[in-house]
Amino acid sequence: MALTGLDIYKLLPKTNCGDCGSPTCLAFAMKLAAKQVSLDQCPHVSEEAQAEMGSASQPPIRLVTIGTGQAEIELGNETVLFRHEETFYHGTGLAVRLRENNPEAEKRLELINKLHFTRVGEDIFVNLLALEEESGDPEKYGVFAAHYGSRTHLALILISRSPACLKAALEKMGDRRPLIHAAVDDNIDEVAGLAKEYSCPLVVRGKGVEETAKLAERAKELGVEDLILDTTPDNIRDGLADQVIIRRQALNKQFRPLGYPTIAFTDPGADKMTQALEASVLIAKYSGIVVTDLLEHEYILPLLTTRQNIYTDPQKPIQVEPKLYEVGTPDRSSPLIVTTNFSLTYFTVEGEVEASRIPAYLLIVDTEGTSVLTAWAADKFNAETIARSEERRVGKECRSRWSPYH
Amino acid sequence: MESINEKWTNTINTVTIGATKENGGSRGSTVTIGGETTLPFLHFEGQIPHRPALALDVIDYNPDDWPEVLKSPYADVLGDPTAWAEKCEKEYGADLICLRLQSLHPDWGDTAPEKAAETVAAVLKATTIPLIIWGCDSPEKDNLALPLCAQAAAGENCLIGFATEDNYKTLAVACLADKHKIVAQSPIDINIAKQVNILISEMGFNPSDIIIDPNTGALGYGIEYTYSIMERIRLAGLSGDKMMAMPMICDVGADAWRAKEAKALKENFPEWGSEKVRGPLWEAMTAVLLLQSGGDLINLRHPEALNKVREQIEVLMGGGDWGV
Repeated sequence: MALTGLDIYKLLPKTNCGDCGSPTCLAFAMKLAAKQVSLDQCPHVSEEAQAEMGSASQPPIRLVTIGTGQAEIELGNETVLFRHEETFYHGTGLAVRLRENNPEAEKRLELINKLHFTRVGEDIFVNLLALEEESGDPEKYGVFAAHYGSRTHLALILISRSPACLKAALEKMGDRRPLIHAAVDDNIDEVAGLAKEYSCPLVVRGKGVEETAKLAERAKELGVEDLILDTTPDNIRDGLADQVIIRRQALNKQFRPLGYPTIAFTDPGADKMTQALEASVLIAKYSGIVVTDLLEHEYILPLLTTRQNIYTDPQKPIQVEPKLYEVGTPDRSSPLIVTTNFSLTYFTVEGEVEASRIPAYLLIVDTEGTSVLTAWAADKFNAETIARSEERRVGKECRSRWSPYH
Repeated sequence: MESINEKWTNTINTVTIGATKENGGSRGSTVTIGGETTLPFLHFEGQIPHRPALALDVIDYNPDDWPEVLKSPYADVLGDPTAWAEKCEKEYGADLICLRLQSLHPDWGDTAPEKAAETVAAVLKATTIPLIIWGCDSPEKDNLALPLCAQAAAGENCLIGFATEDNYKTLAVACLADKHKIVAQSPIDINIAKQVNILISEMGFNPSDIIIDPNTGALGYGIEYTYSIMERIRLAGLSGDKMMAMPMICDVGADAWRAKEAKALKENFPEWGSEKVRGPLWEAMTAVLLLQSGGDLINLRHPEALNKVREQIEVLMGGGDWGV
């Protein structure tokens, strides 16, 4: 939350010495609030004031990066509770879990690596591979993590409560910058130490929101700031509540210990469709990362579509490619229907035309993603722009009495 | 920690659909929705006295264009709306039937308005759960048929749809006369949603007998617009706008099954996986997302989608532990 000029003034020495270049401390404070000057121009400001102003200038939900290079994924830095207020910025990272003792781990990894689709011209894909320790044996887990980590381009999550196992895996991760899951009450000093040593982001996992906030504070004291919160809910009802409480604490109350992205798991004991539905709720309701055991395309495609839709920027209308579409199997005598390339207009018209069961051509005109009335008012949807669109193909393929080429 | 609870000033209207014998109808059960004093499933903040209800669609003709996955649960009843409705109640456990009088439409059979009223009467006779009556979306035909249907269902306290900004008077009069609830539909537009409610109320309709249909975009096909419009309607309703405080109905089945991703066969799109799962899941996920933005009543089609959405609702309403 940004401080006002008066808030800042209270933190300054109030000596009006002029060393900063401004005539008075108040003038300097006003310039600071307007971000016209920086605090280091005041040589006399106290350390406490520096810390307070530094934290006030941070975003309410910290931006945390996992992975490097192409696999890098950014989470956090969200600013609203409802997407219509602005937008949701960093799409939920979808993670698929691979367990150490799974005899089919090889096969699963091959499937996980292929979870990549194209929808409405956008690539949508699973972002993370979660490698879960089960043996309790640092050497074994280190080999497991190194083996499967090297065979995927996805960002990685290392899941273990054992500091020794985590260390064994981290040693072999090079510069992959995996997410460490998790620091809990009885290992936080050691695991936070590892996060610091290897410069990796860290999950703090408590039971419920309050305990998780305490662990986040502790981790910060230990020098780890790239944190992700896991509240270990018992079910999706509690999971939803935790996500909402955390987001509201961070945005409405500027409560720093909860100003981090979150991670949540689908219930491995539930049937697959239920897991997929849980994941969709978590994606819609603020989860930074969702970890699931699902990897079949029929479950992952709707989840990635959910993320694509919910994280669409409502300030920028989605556009469909302006071209001549076919609905059903039209022939040269089929009607030609014309509309704009605002995606919702397209979906509505296409649906209605399809429901009519009359095969038709649908000519989508480039109106820069605006709807019919808006485009018409802005003179982007008129005889000229319509005639210009795909002129040749319409002339060649469509000879209906609706066609201008009839 | 400080409390983050919002202090909402208004309660969403409570609406009951269906009437038992004591109340002048013949239903064995009724469905009550609404009454929330908080956003969906936030039990820590307010009251959610009624769980969202789930209807199954019954079509008054044989929908031979439906995908196999959707037809197979109804293979023995397609084309027979009475038997179909009975199956939805007894075998698949719907809370309500949504009877869709599609065959009225000039493009879909252009059947007589009287026939629609007969179908309504027959379905009411064959079932004991509350009924939603859904027009064919041809304003002329709906204006002829829905008043007859309302009459045929007099006393049963049905929900009848839909009134729009341009065509609401005939249906509002019919619902007033025969004491039914009304669906007020708007094209994913918050201002029109409110406007239709005002227009209907100005005719003497009690605002608490109106259900909002914000118009559904399916997952992948504009759901984000519906989702945000619904959130805005619900926020306005909870913040004191009485003309936005109605429960919301989402016509999910019809829209979700129009999506290519719901219908397409694996043999044609191998990278999309099995359609046997993908179809019902596409429908269920659309429903679950719209429950998060304020849906109180959902029209569905596939029985598996109904089961899974209901299980989600049960956990979101009451708890139940993950076995972790």
